[in-house]
Amino acid sequence: MSSLSHLGRSARAINATLPRASVARVASNVAPRRTLLTLATAARRQGAILAQKTSAFNKTTSQTALRAFSTSLPSLNDAEEAEEESEDPTKAERYADETDVVIVGGGPAGLSAAIKLKQLANADGRELRVVLVEKAGEIGAHTLSGAVLEPRALNELIPDWKEKGAPLNQPALEDHMKFFTKNYAIPLPHPPQMTNTGNYIVSLSNYVKWLGEQAEEVGVEVFPGFAASEILYNEDGSVKGIATNDVGLDKNFQPKDEFERGMEFHAKVTLFAEGCHGSLTKKLFRQFNLRDECDPQTYGIGIKEVWKIDPKKSKPGTVVHAMGWPIDNSTYGGAFIYHMGEDMLSLGLVVGLDYENPYLHPYKEFQRWKHHPYVKDLLEGGECMSYGARAINEGGLQSIPKLYFPGGALIGCTAGFLNLVKIKGTHTAMKSGMLAAESAYAAITSDKYEEDKPIVLEDFEQKVKDSWIWKELTEIRNCRPSFHTPLGNLGGVLYSGIDTILLKGRTPWTFHNTTPDHERLRVATNAQKIDYPKPDGVISFDLLTSVSRTGTNHAENQPVHLRLKNKDVPVERNLKIYDGPEGRFCPAGVYEFVDDESGPAGTKRLQINSQNCIHCKTCDIKDPSQNIDWTVPEGGGGPQYVYT
Amino acid sequence: MSNLRILVATKRVVDYAVKIRVNAAGSAVETANVKHSMNPFDEIGTEQAIQIKEALVKAKTGTAEVIVVSCGPAKSQETLRTALAMGADRAIHVESDEELQPLAVAKLLKAIVEKEKPDMVILGKQAIDDDSNQTGQMLAGLLNWPQATFASKVELGDKLMTVTREVDGGVETVKAPLPAILTTDLRLNVPRYASLPNIMKAKKKPLAKFTVADLGVDIKPRLQTLKIAEPPKRQGGKLVESVDDLVDKLKNEAKVL
Repeated sequence: MSSLSHLGRSARAINATLPRASVARVASNVAPRRTLLTLATAARRQGAILAQKTSAFNKTTSQTALRAFSTSLPSLNDAEEAEEESEDPTKAERYADETDVVIVGGGPAGLSAAIKLKQLANADGRELRVVLVEKAGEIGAHTLSGAVLEPRALNELIPDWKEKGAPLNQPALEDHMKFFTKNYAIPLPHPPQMTNTGNYIVSLSNYVKWLGEQAEEVGVEVFPGFAASEILYNEDGSVKGIATNDVGLDKNFQPKDEFERGMEFHAKVTLFAEGCHGSLTKKLFRQFNLRDECDPQTYGIGIKEVWKIDPKKSKPGTVVHAMGWPIDNSTYGGAFIYHMGEDMLSLGLVVGLDYENPYLHPYKEFQRWKHHPYVKDLLEGGECMSYGARAINEGGLQSIPKLYFPGGALIGCTAGFLNLVKIKGTHTAMKSGMLAAESAYAAITSDKYEEDKPIVLEDFEQKVKDSWIWKELTEIRNCRPSFHTPLGNLGGVLYSGIDTILLKGRTPWTFHNTTPDHERLRVATNAQKIDYPKPDGVISFDLLTSVSRTGTNHAENQPVHLRLKNKDVPVERNLKIYDGPEGRFCPAGVYEFVDDESGPAGTKRLQINSQNCIHCKTCDIKDPSQNIDWTVPEGGGGPQYVYT
Repeated sequence: MSNLRILVATKRVVDYAVKIRVNAAGSAVETANVKHSMNPFDEIGTEQAIQIKEALVKAKTGTAEVIVVSCGPAKSQETLRTALAMGADRAIHVESDEELQPLAVAKLLKAIVEKEKPDMVILGKQAIDDDSNQTGQMLAGLLNWPQATFASKVELGDKLMTVTREVDGGVETVKAPLPAILTTDLRLNVPRYASLPNIMKAKKKPLAKFTVADLGVDIKPRLQTLKIAEPPKRQGGKLVESVDDLVDKLKNEAKVL
């Protein structure tokens, strides 16, 4: 897998504070291909090349405004034929390339879709160009999960995965469910959906890495280290493709010596597989009103560590799930402990982001949970190797949006197919990718395909509804919402027990997710502060030590990728009303309220340590003012997860 | 018109940002499933070669052919593709799964130099995994070529290079006739990003493969690593009450007096 994005990064990072040799740069790299491209694109679609439109559009708006919310809007102007030599390298025309399908995101869904497309094309002896872009420097570097993998979709996609060396080495052998009190771990029965016979305990990051290799082998063009930051539209409003980030801008959006314009991929079908709460997907929701008929999505934050433990304590194949302490009855949350084999332990806590107490600190909850005697015993004598966190979907069936729009579709967790009772989303994500691939392939190769008309993947949504994804999610659809009664977790467990064991979802009623997570916080004055114990440095750790275990890094001196819609809101609203919850829900210490030296004594300001960001998306979800906009930083940045 | 042929040596190493650990056996640093990339000093070397080429083309005084070479396992090809994406013209992969120590690499590079006959060989001053700082110097010795190491500035004249070197005492300027060896130091340049279009173009650039046997080189290691251990954990600082207390601690606890 090419780690090409880290090109120059290392020397550049080390070099950052040293005087640099000045390099004469010519930014525009498009000139010779321009005429060919103009003809090719004009033949495909009526109207102008979007690149030209972008530069025309750029000339009439301020650079920083466009940079902050870079969504290309369809232009109603005709093509500009005149070639304009712009002095400003940030407005130079972008190199554009044509492909049949472009996929945003190299996770299970995106890679499965890519592999399936090429399998179909190769079987027909057909040429099909499939391009996949992924913001991580390496496939798998941003992937984090428990995980116990149900191989159902993998068996359909790559039946000979064992011969091909898939890292499914540890079968799940034993399932345990426990209820934690402060000192005890009480065994509980578990719903049948949580029995893991036939499943595997895996590092999802390693699994995705392997999937990436399979994708390259069937001929997918995989480009890690390139972040899709902009959706491109045709004149008729359909999705034309995506553009990657400009790189080499400084904090003030000014081009540095190493500035390179992003590039565009124009595709017949664009599949968005960004994972939970995708940054481009959220723009598609607004652009195409995809959420008009569904419930708001609800989320949890999963925080985990991977430990090398004392071999005597390792019981390979053991799967443990726990509820209870330290999470209180009114907060949704649960923990997992998976014995991965080879003396490795994957353990973590998932906290529902519908929590009400602004003083809740998910990271610190996780750290104190590890001190429970059951967990502490496992960890003693071991060493923490890895840490990370990611938001996950909890909304289930009711929160699935419309999955397609002219020119593209949503697949995987960015749409939201996670089965919360099984706590598994990988198999459904993969299946959704495969179904989208079938639908897209049929549309592209159909006799009825017309170049000037956008592809509308209506049958993709129907395929999903007819598949086992829908059956699974329908069966458990009422479980998570049943936790939203005054009975809290107790009520949820009781109802879910009955539903999963007896009723199996065969009820006429469907509970709804009525309130988005960011509206759930209570004001600080009505909330109880929580006194978290200090980390001991052996079992529990302080936040920055943990962040160093994510391997996260972002190239220095680039625009801050966490954008505030209103820069006064954090202090005037979040801090004043909710006592600054962003300082607590971020698992990487990005948000800090520090003293503002420039103002009168006692005033605070929000400091954004964006370099710490591990791309979990929690801030975009939970900010009570919805003021934080998570945008994608330069490709190649972010965590370097290992074994997660 | 001067047409130069520049050979750039690159190595695939554990990425500089990775937190390295000693493996379970205690025999080496853990490299499985760990992110790798091009040695940062080699990126600078590749960048330098491409800048030389661009300068010649811009001044219309000639051109340069930039050849990148890497010795290592199959995955070294990723490193070569990176260099091709930056702007190198072609690549050579000397494939070997064995341990390649600096002397072995120098001998392999000598064999490549005898095939390709470059005017310059550019290497990184050291690799960040072993910090040997030997390959460039050994290659110069084997070829009997002049060498300018730790370069922070390079100027090319007619069959001559003027190099400013960073040395312990400051900065030293040397002149060396070509063909010569250059090893890069940090301040030489800032490597460019590989743009996606260039990465795609790089896939079509030629990549030749050789085995160690093809080149007839003895690569047997001459050094044996006896032990690898993590550095001792940092102890907390202690406050001392008085000068006597400090002297006592330095003498009896730290044992440095």
